[in-house]
Amino acid sequence: MTTQTDIPPAETGGARRSWLREHSELGVCALLLALGVLVLTDALTMDVDIAQRGPVGPKTVPIVVGAGLLVIAALLALDVLRGGRGQAEGGEDIDLSEPADWRTVLLLAGVFLGAAVLIEPLGFPIAGALLFWGAAFALGSRRIDRDPLIAAGLSLVTYTVFNNLLGVPLPGGPLMGVL
Amino acid sequence: MDAFNSLLDGFGTALTPINLLWAVTGVLLGTAIGVLPGIGPAMAVALLLPVTYGLDPIGAFIMFAGIYYGAMFGGSTTSILLNTPGESAAVVAAMEGNPMAKSGRGAQALAAAAVGHFAGGLIGTLLLVALAPTVAKLAVDIGAPDYFAIMVLAFIAVTSVLGSSRIRGLASLLIGLTLGLVGLDQMTGQQRLTFGSLQLADGIDVVIVAVGLFAIGEALWVAAHLRRRPPEPIPVGRPWLGRDDVNRTWKSWLRGPFIGFPFGAVPAGGAEIPTFLSYVTEKRLSKHKDEWGKGAIEGVAGPESAASASAAGTLVSMLTLGLPTTAVAAVMLAAFQQYGIQPGPLLFEREPDLVWGLIASLFVGMVLLLALNLPLAPVWAKLLRIPRPYLYAGIMFFAAVGAYAVGGEVIDLVILLIIGLIGFGMRRYGLPVLPAVIGVILGPNAEQQLRRALQISDGSVTGLVNTPFAVTVYAVIVLLLVWPLLRKAVTRDRAEAA
Repeated sequence: MTTQTDIPPAETGGARRSWLREHSELGVCALLLALGVLVLTDALTMDVDIAQRGPVGPKTVPIVVGAGLLVIAALLALDVLRGGRGQAEGGEDIDLSEPADWRTVLLLAGVFLGAAVLIEPLGFPIAGALLFWGAAFALGSRRIDRDPLIAAGLSLVTYTVFNNLLGVPLPGGPLMGVL
Repeated sequence: MDAFNSLLDGFGTALTPINLLWAVTGVLLGTAIGVLPGIGPAMAVALLLPVTYGLDPIGAFIMFAGIYYGAMFGGSTTSILLNTPGESAAVVAAMEGNPMAKSGRGAQALAAAAVGHFAGGLIGTLLLVALAPTVAKLAVDIGAPDYFAIMVLAFIAVTSVLGSSRIRGLASLLIGLTLGLVGLDQMTGQQRLTFGSLQLADGIDVVIVAVGLFAIGEALWVAAHLRRRPPEPIPVGRPWLGRDDVNRTWKSWLRGPFIGFPFGAVPAGGAEIPTFLSYVTEKRLSKHKDEWGKGAIEGVAGPESAASASAAGTLVSMLTLGLPTTAVAAVMLAAFQQYGIQPGPLLFEREPDLVWGLIASLFVGMVLLLALNLPLAPVWAKLLRIPRPYLYAGIMFFAAVGAYAVGGEVIDLVILLIIGLIGFGMRRYGLPVLPAVIGVILGPNAEQQLRRALQISDGSVTGLVNTPFAVTVYAVIVLLLVWPLLRKAVTRDRAEAA
């Protein structure tokens, strides 16, 4: 897993960009670092005036976790700079030989967020159907005749099972108000 | 025979019509889900966690147990017919099973796997019945320091035994622990990482973390790398075994459980190692060495039996110690927490109906699996043709249902998506998901036990190591940590000697 280790940075813009792409895992280190700082700040600014029971208060564990995050961020950065790479996860439907398809990922996340916003005003049956149809569309299904029907059926059945059979309330929305 | 009587009572619970219905539902759902590419047993149980809001605990766990066993069987079907194992535990099934299917012996491969699962599950569950009450009795008066030691063991084992990189495992664990910190401190009510938000003060529900990491993370990750042309499954008829096949495989079926069960009970990565060990053992003992790699039926029978028994072993540590050794056990532990039940040595005393009903339902589930899977195999094989957009859209859909059902809050869906994006990043950069889930589930509990232990000892650190049990567990932890270094030293010595 050792590739080239120390490329002098910034000969040309292209080299720098490819160095960054090669070492994009450093972004994970940055996130871990930020998370560690966040946890530590939160722990250290806690005012523990509430009577503390026992010698270990609510601050101790967050401080340990925050410090751990900082240490791991540093260790991971070291590992990445030495040429270590995290192995991307494989799977039945995963083809790692192709570059990542960011459009699909963003579309899928967007559809999900949209459904989350719509669930209260439109109710679960409609928002859920839109979620399924939208997600299937994002993933490349273009059967206009079939997709919406499957989506509506799935959403209605799920709503009935959860709301009426399992006793887990879901918002019915205007559609259920009419029916 | 105390355990025997309890087990009979358990059958009384498991065989009521309603619980039988849950067992059938679980086994069918589990098999279907296991066969579906891209969904493993852990994601299946995570997606079904919301049913715990509407079901009584016994029914829910009977269903979960059926899903666990069913999904493991379904996973081997996928390996044999598609040759693209989604889970590490099913890799071995593909090695001999897929060549068998290609040479027209798919029916025999599926039958060997089905009977292997039955035999392994049966022997494994019998071992569970024999051992679990004893373990629970031995552990019954363990206190806060012992619990803390067990949880540290779980943290260390899950980060250093699994996966290829300890640093990445630890990073994942710390992410999980951080998520577990969010909310009110259980002992003082102090707000931690809530940033003044009322919603965050309740903490992030374990269901949301599990569904986000396992389901949304996986769906997004697949979306980024979706195979343009899904692999074609090999068509297969009804599974059956000839006399020759049975003569070759019955010993493998019986050997597998004794490899699988112990590995399932310890935090060593679930079925991955024992299936491989069983494969190697069967290969060494086989009289048909020339067939290996081209479709030797023992290579399906042994490992599948080992895999199934390892699931039973997993339940021993989960039920008696509250120690989850696999992702499924971790999610099931989260389900216990949803009901406010703490698995551990006292579980056998406090919830005998639940525990023995669950164990009895494992036997029921195995019989159901064998009875259903042999005739239904061609139907299951059809599931492999499901259009992938529907499959992953369905995962997103049910993930949303689950997260919304937690509290009826839209903010939960947003948190779910954020955790899903974290899961996506973790898959991209090789951070294993399991340590994070274990961190969220066990982290808050471990902190409480730590603080309780130190409270008893008045702040002295010796309070953490003042019981023989805790000392033993810490010794195991040191061994786990030192082992790779030792192994490196030994191989270096050998290399120098050679």
